[in-house]
Amino acid sequence: MKKSLWMSAGATALLSASVLAGCNLSAGAAQKVNITLWDIQTGQVQQVIKQMIDRFNQSHPDIHVQPQWFQNGPYKQKILIAMGAHNPPDIFMGWGGGILKSYIDAGDVYDLTSDINKDPQWKNRFLPSVMKPVTFNGHIYGVPYTGVQPVYFFYNKQLFQKYHVAIPKTWNQLLNAIKVFNKNGVIPITLGGKDLWPNLMYEEYLVDRIGGPEAFNAVLAGKKNAWSNPAFIKANTMIQQLVKMKAFEPGFSSVSYDNAASTSLLFTGRAAMELMGSWEFNTVYSNNKAMIDQGNLGWFPFPSVPGGKGNPNDIAGNPSGYYSISKASKNPQAAVTFLRDAVLTGQNVKDWINIGNVPPVKGIEKDLKQAKFGDFLTFNYDLVKNAPNFQMSWDQALSPAQAQELLTDLGKLFLLQMTPQQFSADMNKYIGK
Amino acid sequence: MQNTSAMNGQRWLMMVPAVLFFLVFALIPMLVAVYYSFLNWNGLSTPQWVGFANWQTVFASGEAWHAIRLTIEIMVLSWVMQTPLSLLIGVFLAGDQKYRAVYGVFYFTPLLFSSVAVGVTWSYILNPNFGLLDALLKATGLGTGNENWLGEPSTALIVVAAIISWQFIPFHSLLYHSGARQIPESLYEAARIDGAGPVRMFFSITLPQLKYTFITSTVLILTGSLTYFDLIYVLTGGGPGDATLILPMDMYKQAFLNENIGVGSVMAVILAVAGVALSILLLRLSRFNRMESQLEGM
Repeated sequence: MKKSLWMSAGATALLSASVLAGCNLSAGAAQKVNITLWDIQTGQVQQVIKQMIDRFNQSHPDIHVQPQWFQNGPYKQKILIAMGAHNPPDIFMGWGGGILKSYIDAGDVYDLTSDINKDPQWKNRFLPSVMKPVTFNGHIYGVPYTGVQPVYFFYNKQLFQKYHVAIPKTWNQLLNAIKVFNKNGVIPITLGGKDLWPNLMYEEYLVDRIGGPEAFNAVLAGKKNAWSNPAFIKANTMIQQLVKMKAFEPGFSSVSYDNAASTSLLFTGRAAMELMGSWEFNTVYSNNKAMIDQGNLGWFPFPSVPGGKGNPNDIAGNPSGYYSISKASKNPQAAVTFLRDAVLTGQNVKDWINIGNVPPVKGIEKDLKQAKFGDFLTFNYDLVKNAPNFQMSWDQALSPAQAQELLTDLGKLFLLQMTPQQFSADMNKYIGK
Repeated sequence: MQNTSAMNGQRWLMMVPAVLFFLVFALIPMLVAVYYSFLNWNGLSTPQWVGFANWQTVFASGEAWHAIRLTIEIMVLSWVMQTPLSLLIGVFLAGDQKYRAVYGVFYFTPLLFSSVAVGVTWSYILNPNFGLLDALLKATGLGTGNENWLGEPSTALIVVAAIISWQFIPFHSLLYHSGARQIPESLYEAARIDGAGPVRMFFSITLPQLKYTFITSTVLILTGSLTYFDLIYVLTGGGPGDATLILPMDMYKQAFLNENIGVGSVMAVILAVAGVALSILLLRLSRFNRMESQLEGM
């Protein structure tokens, strides 16, 4: 008994000694700098990133980037805890906006401004509207690394043809289309109202169309009573008008976007439209490939609102995923090298286009047109390129407490449980929180 | 005669593991939550001592009171829906009818599923556009086919309570089942000789004999409804609006979505205190702690 204990203790000591020695050896021989990277992407998107990292590791023998993959849900809490414990990875992914801001305020994020300004080629690589979510007070804290995900209407072309409905360019045309579909027993718009964030897309677009980006920027800036801006009241009145005229499917408040529950109404021909991010294309493709192969899925930008202050070319959605460097990183310069030399360069850009994503870099019109589903990719690219303002999802831009209250109140607004005035009054209480 | 309730060294020693577990996994986390409830902290920044500010926020906000009211509602609903059915099913299954075991298998299946599986399945069944229930109602002419079970603020909580009952009735039936099996047959024999029918026997023998099972089941239902989370999270996420945002959901929302650990901790403390108070109250009222014999005179 005693002997075996001694032996196992000895074995453990031996083992740990050899492991330690191994570490020392590899570090000593090549002077390799290890960079850890946390990401949440899956499937094809993850493959593209892995290939990018492999190429970088081969061309940079002195740096080794090691990715770790997490699930989307737990990731947010995981990174929060790692930051709080001052033990974060060198590079972490995020969506910019309010959450990134909270890390910056806590002094946890590396400022990339001077590195990017040093290199004009790097600085001019990206579409300008995509840099906003990682730019605070003129300082840049991240770079985009995935495709853009703007939000717009998807529609069932067969239904539009059958009932002779033209693509709505203005709000009134949209209302007319809704009336036509309702008269013919077709659900005009399908909405995953249970998840709440699909509701937010209507709010984001209408407020921007009516009041321009200033209306929401005032909220972001923490101005008192910013939610009482007439743009919010008017947008919310218009939303309730949609609900009252039965623009959405019956029971939308318990229908989720998950598992394609809301989208199934679109691709089974029961609903005519859905306002959704560009990922809707993949949702339809994986559930009803025939609809896309036969060219029956269409898309159009959110209609303009006559008399509104906002530019009708403005868009909303998720500009991109972003990589940021944590301040606790022991090798920030190696991490900067990775962001500069690997992310959205050369072959990586081609890889994104090959899997049907639109990377937010300049001058790729030709590649997009030649790619599979080129018309869809070009539509997305032009939308982002021509947008004076690419509004990132408000629930990402705002502080978590404000974002949660916003989603809850929007749910009530869509249920007609809350008037636009009550909505503004309640949201005003959370400004700056 | 040796005093059987006195503590000695050996008894203290035997209690150490249990006490240790209780300390590490119950008492210390609870005390930490009490400490957190006095902090302004988002999990990232340096925590700030704010005294009773979080407590004031919670009790001054309509949202917390709303959550507390919903929690009480779901407690009452759960008890009203679960107790009579569990009692009947449990007693029925304890009898010696034919195919009893076969019925038992059917009744107990919900016990085998995880809450998330139950939630996902029921949201499909209740989907207003292609759900099974609406399709059945429409086919039989009982409904319009557009009933919005989980999306209507006025009914969502009742529907949620019904699904919770579906999930937990098997468990409580099992309790009553085993309780009923413990009742000595001689009691029924004596009653039969005295000329009592099955209904009379149920009310005069089975029900009184199941008193402690009844209390156990009630305590479990009431304290259990203080902690419902996973099923509601999957079914409604607290919505529509805040129609099913019961206290545990609100606690999660405050602490982890709003990143306001202090306010979330206040709610955790309220929940823990309410749970302990509730079980003590019920045990006192029912004199469960006295544990007098149910078989006096036998």
